[in-house]
Amino acid sequence: MFSNLDFDVIRRSLGFLFLDGMTFTLTLTGLAALGGLIFGTMIALMRLSSYRLLGRIAGLYVDFMRSLPLVLVIFWFYFLVPYIGQWLTGSSRPIRVGAFASSLITFIMFEAAYFSEIMRAGIQSISKGQPAAASALGLTYAQSMRYVVLPQAFRNMLPVLLTQTIVLFQDTSLVYVLSIPDFLGAASTVAQRDGRLVEMYLFAALVYFTISCFASFGVRRLQARIAIVR
Amino acid sequence: MIEINHVNKWYGPNFQALKDCTTSVAKGEVVVVCGPSGSGKSTLIKCVNALEPIQDGEIILDGIKVNDPKTDLPKLRARVGMVFQHFELFPHLKIIENLCLAQEKVLGRSHDEAMTKGTKLLDRVGLKDHARKHPAELSGGQQQRVAIARALAMDPIAMLFDEPTSALDPEMISEVLDVMVDLAREGMTMMVVTHEMGFANKVADRVIFMDRGEIVEDALKTDFFGKPRSDRAQKFLSKILSH
Repeated sequence: MFSNLDFDVIRRSLGFLFLDGMTFTLTLTGLAALGGLIFGTMIALMRLSSYRLLGRIAGLYVDFMRSLPLVLVIFWFYFLVPYIGQWLTGSSRPIRVGAFASSLITFIMFEAAYFSEIMRAGIQSISKGQPAAASALGLTYAQSMRYVVLPQAFRNMLPVLLTQTIVLFQDTSLVYVLSIPDFLGAASTVAQRDGRLVEMYLFAALVYFTISCFASFGVRRLQARIAIVR
Repeated sequence: MIEINHVNKWYGPNFQALKDCTTSVAKGEVVVVCGPSGSGKSTLIKCVNALEPIQDGEIILDGIKVNDPKTDLPKLRARVGMVFQHFELFPHLKIIENLCLAQEKVLGRSHDEAMTKGTKLLDRVGLKDHARKHPAELSGGQQQRVAIARALAMDPIAMLFDEPTSALDPEMISEVLDVMVDLAREGMTMMVVTHEMGFANKVADRVIFMDRGEIVEDALKTDFFGKPRSDRAQKFLSKILSH
């Protein structure tokens, strides 16, 4: 059955697949992970704050985001953001938001919900004595978080954060609903154009699998090293 | 220096941790607080720099009311050193960084200034060679000496010790107590929660005995060890001194 497959289509489209597609996928993954971590840490701090209302709002946000399928959020966000922007700026027409900006904001907001739970666990894993010692030295709450608690929480949770980033790397393929040429989108375009669906989707699967596998392996080694240091 | 007036503290509605505690520590005085576990002695010392809030009464530190909502607590705490039972060094920072962090971020000292001060204090507690290590590489006794140096780096007007030796292996207790004795002899104002009666005997001016959240006895050292008035203090002393 493989006799009429043409794997040369992969070689011919390598430039488009990797220079355009994979670059987009990795950029989106990197920026979304960074933004998700920053925003997620803020949500985690809100959830752990002694102001009940802040904690309640953050909790609702996390539950809301985790109860929706990612693909729907991407889809809706793309169509809603121009109107929200119009409403916020008071302009007469829906504002233009590029597909990249829209998908990046979506991923940051979505991932923040997951990263916040990881950071919350990380912060709670630090013994109460640490912030107490920081306070006793005269550090403010913000300084104590910035210099004492968060660096330790981040270090303890780094393997989990990276594992979540690998999941994010795979999830970015969902931007195909916005017809964005990420790696999967690029492979799909070539597949449709040349009528080589089986070859291209097999190759795309292989690439996602290889990268994720190597990344997971790297995380496990890192985990072992952190365990020794501690 | 430290005045504690009619302090009451509750954990939840039903458990009263401190009952009408009144005492004071004068400048240059060394006061040892002892008592059975759960007697509130650690709670009392944590109230002095407001790590624990109080519900009633007042605590005055160098003329500033600690439990006044308008008090700038970080600023006040920076002036009082505290040493914890479990050291609480920051494990992600090197020893010297542990000593520099608050000097730079709280007191606004330059990095060089903080390093000089930190190195000098590490030398003083005999750990200058360990400056570049992480806390986990040091023994418990060494970590506690670093913790004392870290507190001293802030040039505190008084030092609070919360059971500084009770998490240590027996052979490491004396190296920490030696540092504390030196400090006491130099005239540092100290409030020390401890069971080390040898230390109390050597350098304390007064001994406070607490039981069930109350200050049962507050006496000069000689009076306390000579003839404790209360039954409870007598029983406590006979138990810990009998070995």
